[in-house]
Amino acid sequence: MRKSGSFLLLIALLFGLFLISLLDTAGAVPEAEERLMHTRALVTALGLTDPALFTEARYTRHLSQADLHSAFQDHPMALEHFPSGSLILPPQVGSGE
Amino acid sequence: MNFFRRQRYLVDFTLSSLLRRKGKNLGLLLVYTLIVFMLASVMLFTHGLKQEIGKVLQASPEIILQRMEAGRHALISDAYLEKTGELRGVTERRGRLWGYFYDPAVKANYTMMVAEERNLLGTEVIIGNAIARTRGIGPGDYITFRSHDGETYSFIVKGLLDSGTEMFSADLILMSARAWRATFGVAEGWYTDIVLSVSNPREVANIAQKLSRRMPDTRPILKQELLRTYDAIFSWRQGILFVLLAGAIMAFVIFAWDKASGLSAEERREIGILKSIGWETSDVLQMKFWEGAILSLLAFLCGYLLAYLHVFYASATLFEPVLKGWAVLYPAFRLTPVVDGLQLATLFFFSVFPYTVATIIPIWQVAVTDPDAVMR
Repeated sequence: MRKSGSFLLLIALLFGLFLISLLDTAGAVPEAEERLMHTRALVTALGLTDPALFTEARYTRHLSQADLHSAFQDHPMALEHFPSGSLILPPQVGSGE
Repeated sequence: MNFFRRQRYLVDFTLSSLLRRKGKNLGLLLVYTLIVFMLASVMLFTHGLKQEIGKVLQASPEIILQRMEAGRHALISDAYLEKTGELRGVTERRGRLWGYFYDPAVKANYTMMVAEERNLLGTEVIIGNAIARTRGIGPGDYITFRSHDGETYSFIVKGLLDSGTEMFSADLILMSARAWRATFGVAEGWYTDIVLSVSNPREVANIAQKLSRRMPDTRPILKQELLRTYDAIFSWRQGILFVLLAGAIMAFVIFAWDKASGLSAEERREIGILKSIGWETSDVLQMKFWEGAILSLLAFLCGYLLAYLHVFYASATLFEPVLKGWAVLYPAFRLTPVVDGLQLATLFFFSVFPYTVATIIPIWQVAVTDPDAVMR
C-alpha cells in the first residue's frame, strides 16, 4: 500500500475514535445517571454543601462554608500553605450580605 | 480528481521526507502529543468536574445560616432556629450537627455528621469509602474515637456509604446526635449551623436579607454562592497547575518554532533540488503544508484521545497527586463523559493552526528565491 494510503487509514481510524468519544458523551449513560441520582439524594438528606475533594484542611474541605479570611488565620502575615490552595479560587460569596 | 491525485502524491512525498528524519520527527510528534494530552486532560477534567459538582449541588439546601462570633463561625442555638420559623417563605428548617475530627492513627481529617433519618444507635456509625480504605475496616468492624474530654468511644461500623457517592461522601462519618454531642462536648440546643428550605427560589435573596437584619450576628450562605464557588473552581485564570503548564507550552512553542522555522542546510538543499527539477513554488509550499498538517493533526487526535481515556476511563490518575495535596483521604470517582464543543474547537485551533503556519512561512521565503542561490 502507498504511504499516503496507510496515512489516510490511520487518520480515518483516529477520526473514527474521535467521533466515538463525542458519541460517548452524547449518549445517556444510565450508570452515571444512577450515580448522580444517589449522590443528589445523599446531598438532600444530609444537607451537604461541598464535595470531599480536598480533605487536607477544614477550609478546603468545606470551601463554601469557610470564613472568608480562613487561609490567613493562623498568625499575622501567614500565607496559604496547603497545596490545594494553589489550585482553587477563594469562595465566591457576597450576595447574602 | 486531478487535484486529489496531486495532493496524494504530495502526501506520499512528504511522508517519505518525514521518515528520512525519523528520530527527529518522531521525537517532535511525541512531545507535541504530550502537550496536547496535558492541555486536553486539564480541559476535560475541569469541565467534567464542574458539570458533575454543579448538577449535584442543585440538590443542596437553599440557605445555610451560620452564626459568627469574633469574625469566626460559631455554634448556633435553637433560639435562632425558632426565629427563622417566623419568616414567611421558609418551608423547612433544621439544625445541622457536623464537625471535623482529626484521626492521629492515619493522620486524616474526617467530617463527622449527624444523620437522624438513618436511625443509628448511639454505638453505630456509617462511614465513607475512603475512610474504610484508609483504615482497612468494613461493616461489622469497630472504630474508636477520642472524645473532647479524653474518653475513648468505640463504634461498630453499621455500613459503608454508597461508593457511587464518594465524591461527596469519602470522608463522612454518620452517627447519632447523642454520640456526636458526646464526642464533641456540644450541649443540647446547640447546632453547627441551620439549614433552611425556601418554597420560591426568587424569594431566597429577600429571605437572606431579612435573616441578616433580624440576626445581625449571622451569615447566610445561599445555594447560588455554593454553585458560584464551584463554578469558579480551577479557574483558568489561576492555579499553579496552569503556571507549570504555561512553562511547558512555552518550551514547546520555542522548540516547535525552532524546528519549523529554522531550516536546516539539508532542507534548503532539498528545496533547491526540487525547484531545479521543475517543482513550482506552490508545490513546495503545499508539500510543507502537508508536513505541518500531518504532524499537528496526528498530535491533536492522539493527544485528545489519550486525554479522554485518562480523564473518563482512568479516573484522571495523573492529577490525583496534585489534587490530593497533603490530604490522606481522597475520593475514588469516575466523571461522567462530557465535552465542551467550544473548548475542543479552541484546543484544535491552537494546536494545529500555529504549527502549520510556522512551517509554511520560512519555506515560502526560501522557495521564492533562485534554486541556484539556495543550493550554494
